[in-house]
Amino acid sequence: MSKQLISLTVNGKKLEQAVEPRTLLVHFLREQLSLTGTHIGCDTSHCGACTVDVDGKSLKACTILAVQCDGADVVTVEGLAKGGALHAIQDAFYKEHGLQCGFCTPGMMIRAYRFLQENPDPSADEIRAGMSGNLCRCTGYQNIIKAVQHAARTLREAGQKAAA
Amino acid sequence: MNASITERQAALMGMGDSRLRKEDARFIQGKGNYVDDIKMPGMLHMAIVRSPFAHARIKGINKEKALAIPGVYAVLTADDLKPLKLHWMPTLAGDVQAVLADAKVHFQMQEVAVVVADDRYIAADAVEAVYVEYEELPAVVDPFKALLPGAPVLREDLAGKTEGAHGKRYHPNHIFTWEAGDMAAADAALSGAEVKVEQKLFYPRVHPCPLETCGCVASFDPVRGELTTYMTSQAPHVVRTVVSMLSGIPESKVRIISPDIGGGFGNKVPVYPGYVCAIVASIVLGRPVKWVEDRIENLSSTGFARDYHMTGELAATRDGRITGLKVNVIADHGAFDSCADPTKFPAGMFHICTGSYDIPAAYCRVDGVYTNKAPGGVAYRCSFRVTEAVYLIERMVDVLAQKLNIDKAEIRAKNFIRKEQFPYKSALGFEYDSGDYHTALKKVLDAVDYPGLRAEQAAKRADANCPTLMGIGLVSFTEVVGAGPSKICDILGVGMFDSCEIRVHPTGSAIARMGTISQGQGHQTTYAQIIATELGLPSEVIQVEEGDTSTAPYGLGTYGSRSTPVAGAAIAMASRKIHAKAKKIAAHLLEVSENDLDWEIDRFKVKGDDAKWKTMKDVAWAAYNQPPAGMEPGLEAVHYYDPPNFTFPFGIYLCVVDISKSTGETAIRRFYALDDCGTRINPMIIEGQIHGGLTEGFAVAMGQLLSFDEQGNIQGNTLMDYFLPTMVETPRWETDHTVTPSPHHPIGAKGVAESPHVGSIPTFTSAVVDAFSHLGVTHMEMPHTSARVWKQLQASGVKS
Repeated sequence: MSKQLISLTVNGKKLEQAVEPRTLLVHFLREQLSLTGTHIGCDTSHCGACTVDVDGKSLKACTILAVQCDGADVVTVEGLAKGGALHAIQDAFYKEHGLQCGFCTPGMMIRAYRFLQENPDPSADEIRAGMSGNLCRCTGYQNIIKAVQHAARTLREAGQKAAA
Repeated sequence: MNASITERQAALMGMGDSRLRKEDARFIQGKGNYVDDIKMPGMLHMAIVRSPFAHARIKGINKEKALAIPGVYAVLTADDLKPLKLHWMPTLAGDVQAVLADAKVHFQMQEVAVVVADDRYIAADAVEAVYVEYEELPAVVDPFKALLPGAPVLREDLAGKTEGAHGKRYHPNHIFTWEAGDMAAADAALSGAEVKVEQKLFYPRVHPCPLETCGCVASFDPVRGELTTYMTSQAPHVVRTVVSMLSGIPESKVRIISPDIGGGFGNKVPVYPGYVCAIVASIVLGRPVKWVEDRIENLSSTGFARDYHMTGELAATRDGRITGLKVNVIADHGAFDSCADPTKFPAGMFHICTGSYDIPAAYCRVDGVYTNKAPGGVAYRCSFRVTEAVYLIERMVDVLAQKLNIDKAEIRAKNFIRKEQFPYKSALGFEYDSGDYHTALKKVLDAVDYPGLRAEQAAKRADANCPTLMGIGLVSFTEVVGAGPSKICDILGVGMFDSCEIRVHPTGSAIARMGTISQGQGHQTTYAQIIATELGLPSEVIQVEEGDTSTAPYGLGTYGSRSTPVAGAAIAMASRKIHAKAKKIAAHLLEVSENDLDWEIDRFKVKGDDAKWKTMKDVAWAAYNQPPAGMEPGLEAVHYYDPPNFTFPFGIYLCVVDISKSTGETAIRRFYALDDCGTRINPMIIEGQIHGGLTEGFAVAMGQLLSFDEQGNIQGNTLMDYFLPTMVETPRWETDHTVTPSPHHPIGAKGVAESPHVGSIPTFTSAVVDAFSHLGVTHMEMPHTSARVWKQLQASGVKS
């Protein structure tokens, strides 16, 4: 099948890639770019394991074609840590035991990454509503909610420090 | 500088500490290594052509169009597997299963052919291009109808066989009859009983649905004659044995690797046709072949759970003392008996159905039946059929309490096996290791102010304007886990021991290799904690490896809550072998006799002389350069642990629900879970496991269902229809514990991850039914969806 050239930014890096027009973003990321942190859990955009950040929005990468992301700015789990330091969200998931098998974790954290920019000081119920597009079969969510609150606290404190 | 005892203890991060998880670093950075992440040079992709019909004859398969697609390498059918004798395979339950449908399909979505292509997109195109001509046959989806005289014969390959793997078959669609206990004694108890209750209960077909589906990457090296397969398997060593038996490749040249696994919950115990086909394709084509099923395939064709039609009868005295139990079950196993149970137990550990109660006479019988549904079933986050058993006894006790108008807490306390009765021999043949049910029950009732809840419920019932019905569910469950003693438990003849190999390195770090495989349970963290405490080495420097059959000692894998009860014991025993050798070395270094040494946290100390000691780290170094004369250098041990008995974790769960009288929606107001898993290795991980198990139990009780129409069409096999709770619906969990160690386990641990699933499901039913109990309702079938509860509201004449 003939390929189409797209240019996009993935985790801060500008790329030009030839893709088949029918290739889903999730397969493009996983197979063409070898960014396998983004997972596939259901193929029907229910589970959220494939959640990535596209142009400032959380997006399920199994529901969009790579060619639709021409010119887009994409962030995946691999783009969270900076200069060897974990992102506050990664650290919080670790400290609050917010993961078990780890399969939903990248999508869950990438959703939290966007959600906490939309709502930096969420209540537990707001987290439950705001992250309900991501399913987890292991944790029962309680520690994920704690982790998101923990990360929110860290990020707010860092923001206050930066402002001061 | 001398660290204090407390500091030295803390430095180990051993048993009892909420140590953060070692495995997390890779998962939070997107560096997990799951099967679908594996890429090999020249790797091809396989996809499966599946049957649209539940029961049909295959008239012909035309591959031409598919093979004409550029990038398609092969289309394989049963006829292609026949010369290799791989078109059928043995199941773990002693039956056979079609790898690819042989002349006939037996369930919708059955594997009919596979295609192998350059990438998954071309493979999907090729699946569409394979033309299969079918002649539809009448489907049988109801196991009771399957047993009627003249019912269509589903398994023509078994025609005339009146003897199955588990004895007599009395009908062509009958698989086995399995019995435990004393029927005459149970009948006598029932016929002479002051009070009798009988209840039919249907535990519907559900699916474990881990977030990662099943898959593998098979790679056969034709030059070396070696087969390496990465697989989503909860039991890689058993798979290696099966693959070797099927393929004829010596076991030494078969390597099965379970890499990171995205949840299992029993779904990843069986050997599925997709694995076998990918292996065959790799052998035929001489290239690595990847197969990863999609969610629809996962829900439609791989190991379902439950599907038990149960009838329970209880005999009791008028004051509520249970005197007898009788249970009959029709078990729908689908088209092939690929149930994952220890070989001699076709109904698993269902005979734990006397529960936490001292019942003098009991009998149970399970009949397995073939239907035109996907084969199974697996133990969905439970020990084999224990969820069904616990559901049965807990519902029956509630029904009896209601009939006698005795409170459900009181009737339980009255019938509990008392603390001093342990070890307790049950009427159905188990020896319960330890328990203290009364203490646990009291703790829960006090914590939730049970009398206060009952008073609130009475007030609400008296108030016609109250918009909700309030229900209180209570369950006191006992599990049987840690299969199991090899004298009774085996898989395909291999005893159900488990294993651990520990090597302590010269500088005092260590590696442990295990026969189990984590699917999220945190083995790398908790196993190291056991070694840390046993050997006095910090858990931080102890690596744990599992899942690779080429490096790990043989073990039976992780399911049925067996990792801690069996492999955890193997760790302790291997550690103790090392400890014994280390003591000899320490005595040599300190120039005293072994009897003059005491062990303290991380060191051997000379009795009565606080200044003379050698740490385990010192001993490790000495083991490699100055062992005592005549002693082999090195510091390592292997232990294969064959448990003397199962372990019996227990718990008391209480749930409060408020059901809307107008919509039937059930709000879970409170869920209080007290678990006793014996010795606790890592409280943080235990709590996480309990949260997860409770959530899976909530899913089963309140919404999960694989249903079929009369033609055998599956009615909901995507996450659009199959209920996985989101954060919004999931209740808030409260956890608590007591500690009653197992007397026969080296560290007293019993296993925990499955208790919350097993225990919570009947608790939800108990709560929902309780909301209607004053209206004469004694039982409601799962799942308790709003629609079903709303129907009950109408049937009971509840006005909103």
